[in-house]
Amino acid sequence: MKKMLAAATMALSLGASGLAMAEPLKIGMITTLSGGGAGLGVDTRDGFMLAIKEAGNKDITVVTEDDAQKPELAVQIADKMIQSDQVDVLTGIVWSNLLMAVVPGAVAQGKFYVSTNAAPAALAGQGCNKLYFNAAYQNDNLHEAMGEYANKTYKKMFILAPNYPAGKDSLTGFKRYYKGELAGEVYTKVGQTDYAAEIAQMRASGADGIFVFLPGGMGIAFMKQFAQSGVKIPVMGPGFSFSQDVLPAIGDAALGAKASGQWAPDFDTDVSKKFTADFQKEYNRLPSIYAVQAYDAAQLILSAAAKASVKDADAFRNELLKADIKSPRGNFKFNTNQHPIQDIYLTEVVKKDGVLTNKTVEKIFTDHGDAYAKDCKI
Amino acid sequence: MTLALALEQLLNGIQLGVMLFLMAAGLTLIFGVMGLINLAHGSLYMVGAFACAAVAAWTGSFWLGLIASLACAAAAGAIVELAVIRRLYDRDHLDQVLATFALILIFSEGTRWLFGDFPLYLDIPALLQGVVTLPGDATYPVYRLAIIAVGALIALGLYLLIGKTRLGMRIRAGESDREMIGALGVDIRTLYTLVFALGSALAGLAGALVGALQSVQVGMGEPVLILAFVVIVIGGIGSIKGALYGALLVGVTDTLGRFLLPQLLALFVDPSQAGMIGGAMASMLIYVVMAVILAVKPRGLFPPAHA
Repeated sequence: MKKMLAAATMALSLGASGLAMAEPLKIGMITTLSGGGAGLGVDTRDGFMLAIKEAGNKDITVVTEDDAQKPELAVQIADKMIQSDQVDVLTGIVWSNLLMAVVPGAVAQGKFYVSTNAAPAALAGQGCNKLYFNAAYQNDNLHEAMGEYANKTYKKMFILAPNYPAGKDSLTGFKRYYKGELAGEVYTKVGQTDYAAEIAQMRASGADGIFVFLPGGMGIAFMKQFAQSGVKIPVMGPGFSFSQDVLPAIGDAALGAKASGQWAPDFDTDVSKKFTADFQKEYNRLPSIYAVQAYDAAQLILSAAAKASVKDADAFRNELLKADIKSPRGNFKFNTNQHPIQDIYLTEVVKKDGVLTNKTVEKIFTDHGDAYAKDCKI
Repeated sequence: MTLALALEQLLNGIQLGVMLFLMAAGLTLIFGVMGLINLAHGSLYMVGAFACAAVAAWTGSFWLGLIASLACAAAAGAIVELAVIRRLYDRDHLDQVLATFALILIFSEGTRWLFGDFPLYLDIPALLQGVVTLPGDATYPVYRLAIIAVGALIALGLYLLIGKTRLGMRIRAGESDREMIGALGVDIRTLYTLVFALGSALAGLAGALVGALQSVQVGMGEPVLILAFVVIVIGGIGSIKGALYGALLVGVTDTLGRFLLPQLLALFVDPSQAGMIGGAMASMLIYVVMAVILAVKPRGLFPPAHA
């Protein structure tokens, strides 16, 4: 009986692949929906689902599971989604260490992975893959932009990041562009909640500026403690450090902080305004950078699915590469390593109508790619 | 490195230690008196932080929030003891671990259901904002000094409670021989509920105090819980005095390790490498200390006399 069923399913799926356009596409979303990083995952899911909902395509289904920010759990979920849910495309992982655990296995089994956030250097250079796309950036990008910005005003920077792949990419990226002296370079434990020891070092270091990459709850803890410490050195970071998911919890301590981002809620384009308004209407809060990235990842998958069957990997890949989407970010195209080429802006935390948000200040990079694309041979 | 920086880091270590003490005191009391391993202790810490943040946001007063955190955590602790824990005293530790782990999941999902996925905002009260100047021209946040003071007061209070009061006498008696104290007519069930609520209230207080320093979010209790277990194992399970010394040892070791190890390594390798390796080594340091102490004193620094 089981064999017959299997045969019948096979026949059905073969029959279905004959009809190119109306083919069902199953997307597996693995993201962080519990624990300290849940805010990032929830915005990822909500941004992604907004695009799916707007498309209104009934042939596309999304299965979502919570990885609890644990690599071993993410791998289990990916195996289950590939083997029992039979998904065609995977997406949604927020954290680089989880991504590194999942992507090599997934692409080896012939599944597409479109990243909504994590973009470790290891998968952008020699380790790049035809089936792995990144809709967000390459991990180093936003940090590179802050390094470039710091050159203008600062001579002695103190830099800090958590000790995991994206943290190392962060400080590497910053140092790639920053020309001044370093007052200190510190790696903290992932998930650390008390930064008193590091803040004391910052005070004693004689730094004239501080760059921190601390996503999620880590950033909230750091900014509050920094504000209470009475240290008056300007703090800056990549967009994640002051993203919409953490600003309400940091409070006024974040006011004036400079950050870099490919997008900010005040972008004055029709696409961006519509996206922000739709997101606010749907979820009753401002979208974060993660929501935009996931929204674009969904748009990319939708755009490719509209023109090609995911069963034909080459055709589907070619459609993805065209990046035929209207991104709230504005310019968006893929580099040779299937990571974005895009503009990066300087933003500042301001209070608008009583809500903390990011305001665009200036453009730092135009059509910025990444340093690893040249090593990618696909 | 200047004296001022060293002093500041020492205070940071003590402050972390005091916070750990508030967690560990309840944990060790519950283990000592009832023989119960309570993994859900971190959830009560979270309950305290959320209660404080919610009440502070609603009333605008941190102090009311603080009272709410004590009340809510104690109430949650008492309810949990009556509903679940009470059935576990005669079971072995594996059953207790399983049941209290389930409680963690229930508390976490319940909190998410009530408060949503995003971290809450909780600021320190105006009275405790600002910094004080230390000798050597360093400054230190008033709030962190206040935490140290609260911890010292609680330690003193617990010492008096356990050592000098009738209730404390019963708690000590319960630790030594629970059947005998029951036979002497002491209502052991109420005593257990009381001890559990007291331990929970201390965890809730720690959560509220720390909530103003970091992010109030679901799952905030578990990392602290692990450290609190390290503390009570180092200090000797069941000993309040051990919890105090263990907590200070862990707090100071962790803080100074994070600060000194990378600097020490920087003498040998380049600063970027030193930061990375030193950071990784610093996060292992307290576990190394625990291993060494257990090798020398297998029952911890201050094992209770009877055990």
